[in-house]
Amino acid sequence: MPVSTTPQGLPIWRRRTTRTQWLQYLAWLAGVSLFLLCWKMISDNTMWVFVEDAGRQGADLISRMTPPEWGYASQLWKPMWDTINIATLGTALGIMMAFPVAFLAARNTTPHPLIRSAALVIIVSSRSINSLIWAMLLVTILGPGVLAGIIAIALRSIGFVGKLLYEAIEEIHPTPVEAISATGASHMQVMSYGVLPQVMPAFAGISVYRWDINIRESTVLGLVGAGGIGLQLNASINTLAWDQVSVIFIMIFATVLVSEWVSAKVRHAII
Amino acid sequence: MSEQIDALPARQQAAQRGQWRRLPLIDSQRMRWGLAIGAVVYLVLALASVEVDWQRVAEGAGRALNFLGAFMRPDFVSRYDDIVTGLLESLTMTLTSTVLGVLLAIPVGLGAARNISPLPMYFICRAIIAVSRTFQEVIIAILFVVMFGFGPFAGMITLAFATIGFMAKLLAEDVEDLDWRQVEAVRATGASWWQTMNHAIQPQVMPRLIGLSMYRLDINFRESSVIGIVGAGGIGATLNTSLSRYEYDTSAAILLIIIAIVLLCEYSSSHVRRWTQ
Repeated sequence: MPVSTTPQGLPIWRRRTTRTQWLQYLAWLAGVSLFLLCWKMISDNTMWVFVEDAGRQGADLISRMTPPEWGYASQLWKPMWDTINIATLGTALGIMMAFPVAFLAARNTTPHPLIRSAALVIIVSSRSINSLIWAMLLVTILGPGVLAGIIAIALRSIGFVGKLLYEAIEEIHPTPVEAISATGASHMQVMSYGVLPQVMPAFAGISVYRWDINIRESTVLGLVGAGGIGLQLNASINTLAWDQVSVIFIMIFATVLVSEWVSAKVRHAII
Repeated sequence: MSEQIDALPARQQAAQRGQWRRLPLIDSQRMRWGLAIGAVVYLVLALASVEVDWQRVAEGAGRALNFLGAFMRPDFVSRYDDIVTGLLESLTMTLTSTVLGVLLAIPVGLGAARNISPLPMYFICRAIIAVSRTFQEVIIAILFVVMFGFGPFAGMITLAFATIGFMAKLLAEDVEDLDWRQVEAVRATGASWWQTMNHAIQPQVMPRLIGLSMYRLDINFRESSVIGIVGAGGIGATLNTSLSRYEYDTSAAILLIIIAIVLLCEYSSSHVRRWTQ
């Protein structure tokens, strides 16, 4: 009980014992020193002249970006359509691949522990590599274009959907599964009538959520040549046409807001 | 008997006659067919607009094999210095940006919680969150690189900015559904605003806040590996260079390092979360 006594012998309530208090001070000390060390390394690698200039540069940037060149928007519909296609087709492809992987990775549906670890390795490596890196690799392999973007999004989605789905499968209620296996159902029938109905809402929710994230990610894939509105963004930035860049930003902002709204609606309807 | 059956809903009547079908995921039939037809129409339109240069793809197959081969024998040595510099930059960027981002996210998050903040404050904070969440980190990085110059400083600011949106949104949601009785109890003792925050709200949201910060640390590391592509420092720049030089063995080594660090982060963060909860 964290209580200390006054010189008069009266007990006073304290939040922590002396030991935890000291441990906490030490933890804070270590954390703050680590932070300062990192800060020092970054500041050594920084040209502070440029940073002091940031306010002026920012103001300059804003003055170049306004007013947006609205006429440019008419050229952006096709890239925007490509962007949405990359996200949607990529998500569809990704969830198709993630679905079996998740069943192999869940502890209660996996055929063998070895297969489970293999599935977990697939999930982790897909999750740890950003879709932009996948896109860079695929552009060198497949050449620039929408196809590289679609596959990049799909490969990144496997990990995300797979992880959330296998966690959902592990949390299912065992009773329906037992009831169905008690009727003499085969392994596949148990999956289809006992497990699948329980995880289907979660699966639909996760897929829509990932689609929403993918819309956001596919807007930048063009920077490395994988199609979509990022190509236009890259071109406008390289030619310093900041008034076109602001039109692109506004379009991205609107698209992402709409996709977020759609995904929130759908998830709300499912759950 | 037949009267009893007639009284049941149509689905159960059919089931009594032995025609059982499983419940559909979407209740209304019109909605189901509408969605299916819509999906097919979209797929046809979308697939028609995707142009694929199959010849180029076939050419790429050889490179894909090269790349897979490189994964079998990653080369950590020949660009050792570049890799270490890039990695240190990424790691320092990750840590400082997470700390700064979380510190800044706490006031924004409290301001964006409807139950403890006044309406004008609520709208301002929600606007900050919306802007920070909509744009991908790379886009924000482009702007900050223009403002702050090349290097890890721009990257750090970018990640901190993205962290604010993420953390503040989740923190606000957490504060919005906290147990109000504890706040009332602390207020009833005559506590000031700071004391209410410190003794009623903070203990309720702290475990999740720590867990989320660890999660964000993990995300920030992953993001720090890509914002280098637009010049914001970190391992991304090294990776990009090695790919454009076709040094696949070095890129494979970098990717393996990234995967290993993410795994380590995830493993330790799950430990920290278990320990705080």
